[in-house]
Amino acid sequence: MLQYTIRRLLLIIPTMFFVALITFSLAHAAPGSPFEKNENRPLPPATIERLNRAYGIDKPITEQFVLFLGNAIRFDFGPSMVRDRQVTEIIGQGFPVSAQLGLQALLLSLAISLPLGVVSALKQNSAIDYGSLFFATVGYTIPSFVIAIFAIYVFAVGLRWLPIIGWGDLRHMILPTVILALGPAAVLTRITRASMLEAIRQDYVRTARSKGLREQVVVVSHVMKNAMIPVATIVGPVTAGLITGSFLIEQIFSVPGIGRLYVTSILGRDYPVIMATTLLYAFLIMVANITVDIVYGILDPRIKVGK
Amino acid sequence: MATVTTTAAQQRSIESNILSRQQRSLWQDAFWRLRRNKAAMVGIVIIALASFCAIFAGFIAPYEPTAINTAKNNMDPLFVGGKYTDSSYILGSDQLGRDILSRLIWSSRISMVVGLVPTLLVFTMGASLGMFAGYFGGWIDNLLMRFTDIIYAFPDLLFVIIIMATLRNTWLGDLMGGLILIFVALAVVSWVGLARLVRGQVLSLKEKEFIEAARATGVPTTRIMFRHLFPNALAPVIVSAAFAIPGAMLSESVLSFIGIGIRPPTATWGVMINEGFVVFSQSPWPVLLPAVCISIVMLAFTFLGDGLRDALDPRMKI
Repeated sequence: MLQYTIRRLLLIIPTMFFVALITFSLAHAAPGSPFEKNENRPLPPATIERLNRAYGIDKPITEQFVLFLGNAIRFDFGPSMVRDRQVTEIIGQGFPVSAQLGLQALLLSLAISLPLGVVSALKQNSAIDYGSLFFATVGYTIPSFVIAIFAIYVFAVGLRWLPIIGWGDLRHMILPTVILALGPAAVLTRITRASMLEAIRQDYVRTARSKGLREQVVVVSHVMKNAMIPVATIVGPVTAGLITGSFLIEQIFSVPGIGRLYVTSILGRDYPVIMATTLLYAFLIMVANITVDIVYGILDPRIKVGK
Repeated sequence: MATVTTTAAQQRSIESNILSRQQRSLWQDAFWRLRRNKAAMVGIVIIALASFCAIFAGFIAPYEPTAINTAKNNMDPLFVGGKYTDSSYILGSDQLGRDILSRLIWSSRISMVVGLVPTLLVFTMGASLGMFAGYFGGWIDNLLMRFTDIIYAFPDLLFVIIIMATLRNTWLGDLMGGLILIFVALAVVSWVGLARLVRGQVLSLKEKEFIEAARATGVPTTRIMFRHLFPNALAPVIVSAAFAIPGAMLSESVLSFIGIGIRPPTATWGVMINEGFVVFSQSPWPVLLPAVCISIVMLAFTFLGDGLRDALDPRMKI
């Protein structure tokens, strides 16, 4: 187990290296630079040359990459090409907002999906079951930005209950959090229901019933305990989904997090910010996946993770 | 011990029943199960309708999708009623006075193409590589698996966004208003998942007796791969295609919505939402109607995909 954990953690290094290499090469394959925005009023060549030197773009590409890697290890991504600030500072400002939004959405989706999945499995083919299956199908199918559009139309434009954009008090958080939570909640409901249904049919559950345990005990400590294992494994991909979902939702609701920062920097071709955010996203997703795999190994001793 | 006794006549009738029943292959069986699935049938009908719109867009659409008529802009759809409607614009017009219905119809063509082309690319590329890696193992397999580890660390959408954002202004990004680059980006990102899936299938299938028998009787390797392994690995591949097509369509919508997908004035649902979003609170229809189209098509594909999965593998019911 320890060996496995160490190996997985060490594997982060080459993976991050390749992620950096891919993004770096793509960013440099792109023609033009952020300094060439206004085609009618181009900057004088001398200015561009100075800017290129200031950002180190005049050096050979391999040297740039080595420099970039060296600095990235020290979390130094240099100044933004569009705003007059350090990339690390910009990200440091947006990250807490995104983290809060993501965590709220994750907790909300767990709070919705676990009870819903458990109850619909226990009462299979009942109205609740069909209701939750309907919710799961719709939530899983209809993309979050489309749901966001409908929600804005109903709650913000039509009923005028909630503000559309901004971030700050609770009223601003309701729509983005709920909409971001819907997709993960739908996936988790499906998985919870399916793995509960599978656990209910196991022999050890029949044994527990036949030895006269109360139904509550059977459900909680025999069925649910085992049914939660597959659910735990899906939390990794769900986290990844929350991260990718967040930049659409943040963009739509003007939430000042790194998701919106990512989209604006892509539109403005602010490569230092794009690089830093991409690396951050990849790192978070890898850590989420590794954590889940390790937890999986601890939860289910039948699984031998280390091959 | 109780025994079930049957008269000779009953026995004969049972036997003749079994014999006279038509033989059904695995695929016919799956098709029969799919036919009984109402949701899947609804999905198929919707997809057929959308394909019809996509193919005959030029004949059904009342206007050119890019025809501007500023005198008649921001018309409400007829079903809304009121004075801001025009009987020639059934679903209203957008802020430039373009007919929304025509734009929706033409968008379905882009969506279908974006759904099908990358999926076909991915399937030829991913399936052959996955089969090759699974069957021969060795360093190719190792390389493939290491590569997929890296790609898996990137969320799909993030990777597609980076490719689109960086290569948009190259010659590749200019081809067909960005359509070709979307094909490439989606294919590059998603073949990995399929290769992994096929590899897994092949790994478990190649230990089965029928492959051993084929090898023992001297069937050539390519024939084993294409005639014996591939058809048996096909079921999960078909299911994943049914989900890959709407996935690709959705990616196009998301990219165009952010502003790095298909270039305006080409009409796609994502572009329409992007363009209409600025004036959403004043005139919601140019945004709401494409959003409805995306939702319906996504639901249709999910219904079909779920139906296919249940039909092809009844054990895997979720």
